[in-house]
Formats: sequence, structure tokens, C-alpha cells
Amino acid sequence: MIELLKILFYFLIIPGFLFTALVGLVSTWIDRKVTARVQWRKGPPWFQPFADVLKLLGKETIIPEGGSVITFLSAPLIGLAAVTLVSTMLWLFNINPKGSFIGDLIVLIYLLTVPSLALIIGGSASRNPLSALGSSREMKLVLAYELPFILAAFTVVAKAGSIIMGNIIGYQTAQGMMITTVSGAVAFLVSLLVVQAKLGYIPFDIPEAEQEIMGGLLLEYSGPPLGAFKIMKAMLFFTLPVFMITLYLGGIDISSWMGILWFAIKYVIILTLIILVKNTNPRIRIDQALRFFWGPVTALAAIGFILALVGW
Amino acid sequence: MVNLFKWGLKKSPWVFHLGASACNNCDIEILDALTPKFDVERFGIVLVGSPRHADVLLVSGFVNRQSIERFKRVYEATPSPKIVVAVGVCACSADMFRDSYNFVRPVDEIIPVDVYVPGCPPKPEAIIAGVVKALEKIK
Repeated sequence: MIELLKILFYFLIIPGFLFTALVGLVSTWIDRKVTARVQWRKGPPWFQPFADVLKLLGKETIIPEGGSVITFLSAPLIGLAAVTLVSTMLWLFNINPKGSFIGDLIVLIYLLTVPSLALIIGGSASRNPLSALGSSREMKLVLAYELPFILAAFTVVAKAGSIIMGNIIGYQTAQGMMITTVSGAVAFLVSLLVVQAKLGYIPFDIPEAEQEIMGGLLLEYSGPPLGAFKIMKAMLFFTLPVFMITLYLGGIDISSWMGILWFAIKYVIILTLIILVKNTNPRIRIDQALRFFWGPVTALAAIGFILALVGW
Repeated sequence: MVNLFKWGLKKSPWVFHLGASACNNCDIEILDALTPKFDVERFGIVLVGSPRHADVLLVSGFVNRQSIERFKRVYEATPSPKIVVAVGVCACSADMFRDSYNFVRPVDEIIPVDVYVPGCPPKPEAIIAGVVKALEKIK
């Protein structure tokens, strides 16, 4: 019984849903504030993302006529559950590296695809041509970025010689961060580009594209389900950098204040890189994105993987 | 709990730009109000692309025979609670188009309007003031 309560506490409060959602929403505020500063504006107050979500929770839910009700409403919950699970697992592995199991990296990569799948399912269930267009674009984007992402993750596996997250973290504590090696740096760069697409940020916000397909996947969503998707995206904005820190930047050490400070610095650096790329690029077309990820990015990831096998 | 939702609505009104059949003058002023110069994101005002996400409808232009059905549908597609702001003198009273063959009914006889912002076109400051007045009506 106690075990079950403990698991529920981990999943729902810390480091699961509540903690990730709070930090994620604050991160989206940082994103909006930095964007505003880049555009010479003042930007929203700190509670803006919370006000947005609260407002959406209090609004009416409209289900499109002829759409599939259960699929339409359950899609955001599937995405939320997947992100929460990833976040919980990542933090628990970092706190207790011995708690990880063989192949947990593969489980994490699978679970990180689920939010995109939830968006695709939700968009397809909306019965709106523009949402369907957004869904098809998201599908192509997933096909485009998954290969380099997996190659970049397996560069670390080749380097550490183990597919267990605990061993990867242990290897980095002993040998230094993964990013200090050549192959690790290449893999970090590749996964930074992929994370940009996974978050659906400019230049890869093609499935949402407010100006051309009116919000695409999320077009028909209103009220609480839209709020759930917003929270899911905010949580991804926190979880994906944590995933990158765990794989490439030496993991998280929360036993001392220095460790937490180090984690905060690494997180802010990754956040800044993502926000700056977002603010200095135009949106590209879906065929350009596909060519970009299957061409140069996959080649780069493959080179990184080979370098890791050679031992660089 | 209801107070929290209302607080959220006051602090993050997402606007949707609903052009009935405007001459484009008010539309340009609405876009002006959304530029970095006025920085309405300070108050949480964001332009959204879909009426499903909107809280505030900025109506510009008078409603004609072609647009009335679509106009009603966009209003119905917006989830409540919703606020309607009539921007420009055409949306307020149809003004010089009142005797036009194409004119049907004034906007406030088709959908409930909360705030009228007169002017041809109104200044961006007036539009922002209109949205703020509409938010003050939420009790």
C-alpha cells in the first residue's frame, strides 16, 4: 500500500505532474519574456501562463459536429500521461541511478514520441480539413526527426557502452560530460535541432502555423482540452531539456546546492539556445524540413555515431 | 473557483479578429494595436487564429447579405464566456451603409455586443481601451 502511494506521489506531485507543469509553465513565461525583449517590448507578467491555463479550464468545451468524441477528448490526456511518465522516470533515474533498468533509454524515446502522436490523433479526430492538414504535417515531421534523434541518443550508448540510463549517468560522473567529447558535441547539436522540432517551435512550427492553417492541429480545441495541450507543451519544454542534460551534460545531482545550481545553469543555457533559434528564424515548409532532417542532420548524426564507435 | 476562472479571463483575453465586411481601414488599425509599439501582451492580449481559442471578438465592418450566415457561425463557434467588441462606426451603427441594398441588420441586432468603439477608423488606443472596458464588465 505504502509502495503504491509512493509511486502515486512520485507520478502526480514531485517529480511528476505538478512539479513539471509548474516549472514548464514558468519556462514558457521565460520564453515569452525573452521573445518580447528581442522584439523591443516589455512582455507579459510572470503569472501569464497560469492565467491562460486557468482561463481555459473555465471555458466551454465545444466538440465539433461529427467528430469522434472519445478520441477527441482523450488525446490530450494521452499526451499528458506520457510526458508525466517521462519526467518522473528521468528524475527518479537521476536521483537513484541504480533504479534504472535495461533498455530504459528506448522506453524514454518511445514515450517522447507519444505527445506528437496525441497531437496527430487529436487533430485527426477534429473533423476539420485544416486540422487534418496539420496532422499530416506533424506525421511527416515525426518521420523526419525521429531517425537523427535516435542516432544521437545511441551515440551516447556507444560511448558509454551501456543502454541503461543509470550507467550512462555513472559513466559521465566518472569520465566527464558527454558533450566534452567530439561525438558527444555532435550528438548534442543534432538533438538540439530535433528538440526544436519536437516542441513545435519556429522554424519547425509547420503543423500549427497560425498564419496559414489557423493553428492546425489545435484548431478545433477549446476550453479544458486546449488547456491540457498547453500544459503538455509546457511540460515538454521542461522535460526535453532535462532529457538532454541527462544524456549529454552529465545528469543532475540534487544531493547538494551546487548540483542544483549547476542543473539550473545548464537548463537556462539550453532554454536560451532554443528561444534564440526560435526568434531568429522564419518558418520553413514541410518539404524543406523533411529534406533538412533526412539530409544534413541525419548525416551529422551518423558521423557522430561513427566517431563514437571509433572512440573519439 | 469561479473567481479564479474570471481572474484568468481578465488577465488573458485572447482576441479574434472577425471582419464582417470592412473596408480594411479598421482591420489595419486593429493590426496596429497589436504591434510591438503598444505591446498588448503586457495585459495578456494575444491574437489567435481560430475562434475556438478566442475570448474577445473584435468585429469590424457592417454585416451584409453574403457574410451574415458566416458571421453567425463564427459567433456560435466561439466558446462562452465570450465578449464582443464592435470596432469602428460601421460595426456600431452601419453608418453610411445604412441605406445600402446589401445591408441586412446592425451587428447588435444579430449578436449581443458588449462595447462599442466608434471612429472611422478608431485609434489603436481606443481599441485597447474598448477591450479593457469590456473586461471590466466581467463581474
